[in-house]
Amino acid sequence: MPAEPTRVLVTGEGPLLVSGPVEIELPDGGTVVSERAVTALCTCRRTRRPPFCDTSHRRRSKPQ
Amino acid sequence: MTLTDVPVAAPPLPQARGPLSAAVLAGLRGEGFALPPLTDADPYGDDLQLALYCCYELHYRGFAGVADEREWDPVVLTGRRELERAFLAALRRDVPAGHDVAAELDALLVEPVEPAGPSVHLQRHGDVEQFREYVAQRSLYHLKEADPQAFVIPRLSGPAKAGLVTVEHDEYGAGRAERMHEHLFARMMVALDLDPAYGRYLDATPAPALAEVTFMSLCGLHRALRGALVGQFAAVELTSSPGSRRLVEGMQRLGLSADASEFYAEHVEADAVHEQLVRRRVLAPLLAAEPALAADVVFGIRASELLAERFAGHLLESWRQGRSALRTPLHPRSAR
Ligand SMILES: [Fe+2]
Ligand SMILES: [Fe+2]
Repeated sequence: MPAEPTRVLVTGEGPLLVSGPVEIELPDGGTVVSERAVTALCTCRRTRRPPFCDTSHRRRSKPQ
Repeated sequence: MTLTDVPVAAPPLPQARGPLSAAVLAGLRGEGFALPPLTDADPYGDDLQLALYCCYELHYRGFAGVADEREWDPVVLTGRRELERAFLAALRRDVPAGHDVAAELDALLVEPVEPAGPSVHLQRHGDVEQFREYVAQRSLYHLKEADPQAFVIPRLSGPAKAGLVTVEHDEYGAGRAERMHEHLFARMMVALDLDPAYGRYLDATPAPALAEVTFMSLCGLHRALRGALVGQFAAVELTSSPGSRRLVEGMQRLGLSADASEFYAEHVEADAVHEQLVRRRVLAPLLAAEPALAADVVFGIRASELLAERFAGHLLESWRQGRSALRTPLHPRSAR
């Protein structure tokens, strides 16, 4: 039985959602592991916890 | 700290805060259950909220000296129903009705440029004692984190159920007991020199913090309120990540250990995922399957926001006046 393809959801507004535990290779050669059933990877480059999404892509509102 | 260090004994019954809670506590002690009329009771007040909280606790870990069978004692359930009706009627009165779930979510997903609230205070100005007060009150929920929402699982079906269980599985550590959020919370309590025993701070916790938990139990235990439960769940998962980051930064500013900040650090990352799952895999399929639930989803979101604002107002006002935000002060932190 071939393994099922990994499912990746491109949200468009924010992160990539990757199914299953994942090992992520970083630009500096290091790796990080996420054991979550679904991992959210930052695509907006504003996250303070790279490579993971921390909701920094959210729109900001001026105080009324 | 290992998991076995956390005592599993049922907590003692709390002290009464007025006639309603006195009646419920007497009933649970086996002295006869006679709830006085609720005419003048404040539905958000200490007396009613503690009375309701104690009724609900029979569905979780119970109380020392109260037989487990009392969970389904019709006398307790009848009294609980009176208290619930008053609380629910107040929320239905105070929360504007709506049915546009998408607009509600959009509003929650906008971060204010100048955020306010307890997490901002604790990030920038709060001291360790205020962190301890915050965590002690939040322990009423977080030591049973995700449990009230688990009651909704059999009330859902199909993709919405699978989506909700994916999030709950993560809350319960995805199969690793040491990663359970309730366990991370207990570790934070120990790091802050608080007692992680379940229910330990019930007497110290004022009504605004109790009401957030009774609302979850109310919605979780009533199938008729399943839409509101999912709305409550969504409101927490959508708003928790930015606030958790501020709490981590506040703890780092105060030089607190990684054991203390790990609970909120985990929620920065986990709730960024949970937000996506709740919107795409819970709310979307739920509303496709049961469109009539939209109004209750909005109600659940707005009611939890209202209760969160009341809790925030209580904390900030107490601290602004230089008072404790608890009913009884904490024991001082031991020197280390
Ligand atoms: Fe959590
Ligand atoms: Fe979560």
